[in-house]
Amino acid sequence: MELLVASAVGILTAAGIYLILRRRSFPVILGLSLITYAVNVFLFATGRLATGAPPILNKYEEVAYTDPLPQALVLTAIVISFGMTAVVVMIALGAYLSSRDDSTAMPVEADGAEEDA
Amino acid sequence: MMEHLLIAPVVLPALVAPFIIMAVRHHLDLQRIFSLASVVLLAAVSLTLAAQALDGTVKVYELGDWPAPFGIVLVLDRLSAMMIVLTSLLALPVLLYAIGSGWDTRGANFHALFQFQLMGIMGAFLTGDAFNLFVFFEVLLIASYGLMIHSGGTRRFQAGVQYVVFNLLGSTLFLFALGTLYSVTGTLNMADLAVKVAQIPAEDTALLRVGAVMLLLVFAIKASLLPLHFWLPSAYANAPMPVAALFAIMTKVGAYSILRMYTLIFGPDVEATAGLTEAWLLPAALLTLGAGAVGVLGSKKLGRLAAFGAIASMGTLLIAISLFTQTAAAAALYYLVHSTLAAALLFLVADLVMERQGQWILPQMPMPQTGLISALFFAAAIALAGMPPLSGFLGKLLVLDATRGVDLAPWIWAVILAGSLTTIIGMARAGSLLFWKGHGLPPQDTDTSAEPPQEDLAARSAQLPFVACFGLLGGLVALTVFAGPATRYAEATAAQLYAPAAYIDTVLGRTQE
Repeated sequence: MELLVASAVGILTAAGIYLILRRRSFPVILGLSLITYAVNVFLFATGRLATGAPPILNKYEEVAYTDPLPQALVLTAIVISFGMTAVVVMIALGAYLSSRDDSTAMPVEADGAEEDA
Repeated sequence: MMEHLLIAPVVLPALVAPFIIMAVRHHLDLQRIFSLASVVLLAAVSLTLAAQALDGTVKVYELGDWPAPFGIVLVLDRLSAMMIVLTSLLALPVLLYAIGSGWDTRGANFHALFQFQLMGIMGAFLTGDAFNLFVFFEVLLIASYGLMIHSGGTRRFQAGVQYVVFNLLGSTLFLFALGTLYSVTGTLNMADLAVKVAQIPAEDTALLRVGAVMLLLVFAIKASLLPLHFWLPSAYANAPMPVAALFAIMTKVGAYSILRMYTLIFGPDVEATAGLTEAWLLPAALLTLGAGAVGVLGSKKLGRLAAFGAIASMGTLLIAISLFTQTAAAAALYYLVHSTLAAALLFLVADLVMERQGQWILPQMPMPQTGLISALFFAAAIALAGMPPLSGFLGKLLVLDATRGVDLAPWIWAVILAGSLTTIIGMARAGSLLFWKGHGLPPQDTDTSAEPPQEDLAARSAQLPFVACFGLLGGLVALTVFAGPATRYAEATAAQLYAPAAYIDTVLGRTQE
């Protein structure tokens, strides 16, 4: 289980970073999404992995329980990353529609110097 | 009632912004009135809170009345008070400028985004919970994305995509860092973190050190420390200039977070993280200053000139912070206030010039009001470069003075002084090209004089932008004239930062009994 979760986080992150380095809007956005999935799984695992245990402490006896706080953190992180993905899609779409180019690199500017002089 | 005042800096803009969107969406005048009223009220609230924090007490606001390690807390100490006062006093002239120059009419929802931005910044300065700090970072970032691409344009959108992607990666790194810290300590409350980190045995700190360094990297991205500064020049240079002036406080959020986390949680006498940052933070800060100064010298566009000026001033600030001593922190705080005001002033003056003759630093025909604008540019340039009459000189002197006894002191002196000289040369070059060379040009009446900006400018309320610029300049002058009280406040703040026991005890409710 630990191995599975750890390799999932690692593979998601690696794939995300690879996609971000592609420098085109769509792969970059996909890569960002993959990294946010990775971080969600990672956050989930920070409260230790426990299977089939309720997130409730029992004060009368020693029972296995899972830490509820990371789940709240993950929920917050999911909501925020969802909103951020929507924003970056809209901005990337705006950039693509106005420049007809989906590269995330700034174009080298050759204009301007002579037109203003 | 008075204890709820502590959350007002967050709640007030959070209420005004949706009101502006929903109720007065189609009435620009009403939007301006509510936005201005909110900022003025915010300044009043911040000043009241600062007066409460003046005697060195730490005030805690428990959200939902949950006690500290379990609930989220807002904490007001001298540092937070200073930062929220600075934010609201910066927001006022910037907003006046945006209204006066008509920037807020060039796209939708400027005022609502402005308020959300203020909400995020205020929250980041006030919160006492590390995860809540992340949430407020996101609030201020998502508002800044909207502000950055305000009024559109191809290059602005492209710069916006870069800015958003870079900061989203930063946010993800922030979450990884927080997850790591939580898995080691089991808490995210800053005061509780400080207690837990101090208790961790020395052989068990590998994961904690990883988390601490990742957290520092996140703040370094925000503070535009050198290898991580690449987002800043194109983002700030392509953002609307009044927005870039407001962003002058955003890099300071990163600096504030470094100062807070690395005095409170990973303080100088915490064994677990000792020696983790000293080796590379100071050289990186020196390089930041160098890169900023060279960038100022090499800029062909006014926006980039101002952006590199901001990077250079962040370099000086981070040098002072990375010394991690009490005197250096006091110098850093004084310089922080100065550099925020100076960078904002430079961005606003850059906009005054760009509105009249475009963004390139080239000799052109003298523009309207050239005397006034060149005087303002001169003032902003000497402020940012750290020349004698204004507070930048005092700030740099304090930083240089604080390096006594540091191994790298000769390097710091050399870089700060050479950086100042390079900045002065770069500013002088830009200023003489923009304001002097134009007088020698033969008069031409082709396309430049027939452009619409002339009547546009006359139609707008032409006074307000200058009021805003002189307001910021007045702030710099006041910081110079009242340098004595200001440095005393900074020293007391630094003393409070380096004695975190009172902060921790108050937040965790240990002194009430």
